[in-house]
Amino acid sequence: MSEAMALLAIFTLAVFVGFEVVSKVSSTLHTPLMSGANAIHGIILVGAIIVASHAETSLELGLSVAAIILATINLVGGFVVTDRMLEMFKGKRETNNSGKAGDKKGGAK
Amino acid sequence: MSRTLYDLLGLLAAVLFIMALKGLSSPKSARRGNLLGALGALIATVAVFFYAEPEYSLPLENLEWILGAIAIGVIVAVPAARKVQMTQMPQMVALFNGVGGGAAALVAIVEYIKLGETAGFATVLATVFTVIVGCVSFSGSIVTFLKLQELMTTRPVILPAGRFLIIANLVAVLGVAYWVMDEMGTSPLLVLAGLSLLFGVLFVLPVGGADVPIVISLLNAFTGLTVAASGYVLEATLLIVAGTLVGASGTILTRLMAEAMGRSLFGTLFGAFTQTAQAGGTEAESRPVKSGSPEDVAILLNYARRVVIVPGFGLAVAQAQHTVREMADLLSARGIDVAYGIHPVAGRMPGHMNVLLAEANVPYEQLVEMDEVNPTFPQTDVALVIGANDVVNPAAKTTPGCPIYGMPILEVQQAGNIIFLKRSMRPGFAGIENELLFDPKTTLLFGDAKASLTKVVSALKGL
Repeated sequence: MSEAMALLAIFTLAVFVGFEVVSKVSSTLHTPLMSGANAIHGIILVGAIIVASHAETSLELGLSVAAIILATINLVGGFVVTDRMLEMFKGKRETNNSGKAGDKKGGAK
Repeated sequence: MSRTLYDLLGLLAAVLFIMALKGLSSPKSARRGNLLGALGALIATVAVFFYAEPEYSLPLENLEWILGAIAIGVIVAVPAARKVQMTQMPQMVALFNGVGGGAAALVAIVEYIKLGETAGFATVLATVFTVIVGCVSFSGSIVTFLKLQELMTTRPVILPAGRFLIIANLVAVLGVAYWVMDEMGTSPLLVLAGLSLLFGVLFVLPVGGADVPIVISLLNAFTGLTVAASGYVLEATLLIVAGTLVGASGTILTRLMAEAMGRSLFGTLFGAFTQTAQAGGTEAESRPVKSGSPEDVAILLNYARRVVIVPGFGLAVAQAQHTVREMADLLSARGIDVAYGIHPVAGRMPGHMNVLLAEANVPYEQLVEMDEVNPTFPQTDVALVIGANDVVNPAAKTTPGCPIYGMPILEVQQAGNIIFLKRSMRPGFAGIENELLFDPKTTLLFGDAKASLTKVVSALKGL
């Protein structure tokens, strides 16, 4: 299988996984789920770092530094704000959710 | 590290992202899910610093620039995310989404400049896609931010010849996209970026305030797809997987949200083009309404057997969650059955009100979802509507063509008495008049929700 076909296969399978994982969600969780998904696409940070490390001209460097800043805001801000939202639900759900396991704040640095 | 180890870490991050989305779909595991996602992002980000492609060496070139830029991003994002009021959270999400889309577009542009003539057709196609959709997501999100922050009007903005403008803009975008693929130059790509930014603005302007959350969700899915496409350009599998996951789950989520609000997705996005803007019954404003004192409200409440509180965004803005809880406790102590009727889109987004009330420690059992509370309104003596308007507006059932027509509502009109706590006669977020305000069984108490409730509480204590 060629490189391009392999990437296409990965893409297609990921579409189905994406459909599957969120098919049944109560409306209570729509906002945190959207916010969490929003944080995940901040992983474009990895792409921004790669292009920045290959930048040769100052135009390339300038644009990729801007991309890193924006991507970091998306990624780190996204996880922190989602965590804050979910903190509100702590212990409020029916019974056993202590919500305390791992109090590490989200964020990549 | 070796290529194999780097790829394995990428795979681990991808699995963590899937588990994160899965976890976020259920209340019990939601917080852990989010942390798993953050862990995946951390692993992938650290790994990229320890792997260089064969033609490059470690440490990465421009390392100080990269670390500096990350530091700036963290310094901007963390305080913003931690300090933002829960009421303003939807626009925060919109903003984070927009910058993500912008970042993806920039990454594609830089890679395109670098590849120049050597780029293959599929790569150029993916670049063009990333630039168009990333820019639309960026500028569209900024407009939704401005709408939610009420820095601009929340009503649909219909430009003269708006339909013509947006079609012309779309044709121009596609034309320039063809030009980019044909000539392979940097300047056409920048023109494309500019036109796409404009398209994002034109696309979101006609969307009415109440539908903005659906648009945020859709733009979120768009950004996911641009990240996937830029992953193709960079041949980074993790970006493809993560971006596609968000694109696919975001699409489903958008549809679920639209269903919860009783809107068709098509109607939301193109409604403003296909129907004339609703004037909203301006003749009604001079009609008499019955306004009452806090004491009147306290008496109505005190002699009720069942009270349903309908909280809206006005309650959140006034930070009256704690006062309303005090009042509810007082009523419960007197043997009155108290429940909160929560509309799925009370606040600004699905689930937003649950977050806000949870913050005020309202017992979870008292929060009743719309489908369960609606059949109980005929047995309810008093429906107390605090800072809500559109979610109880019967026009959603009775007036075809009004912007919220078809949205399921809380049927407070079936309760024995209705009390509205409002700041003014100003219509709600969707900008439509509410007939219920003029109903004979409605009592209005004007003023800031928190100040009004405090007065009601002290009046109740005196009874």
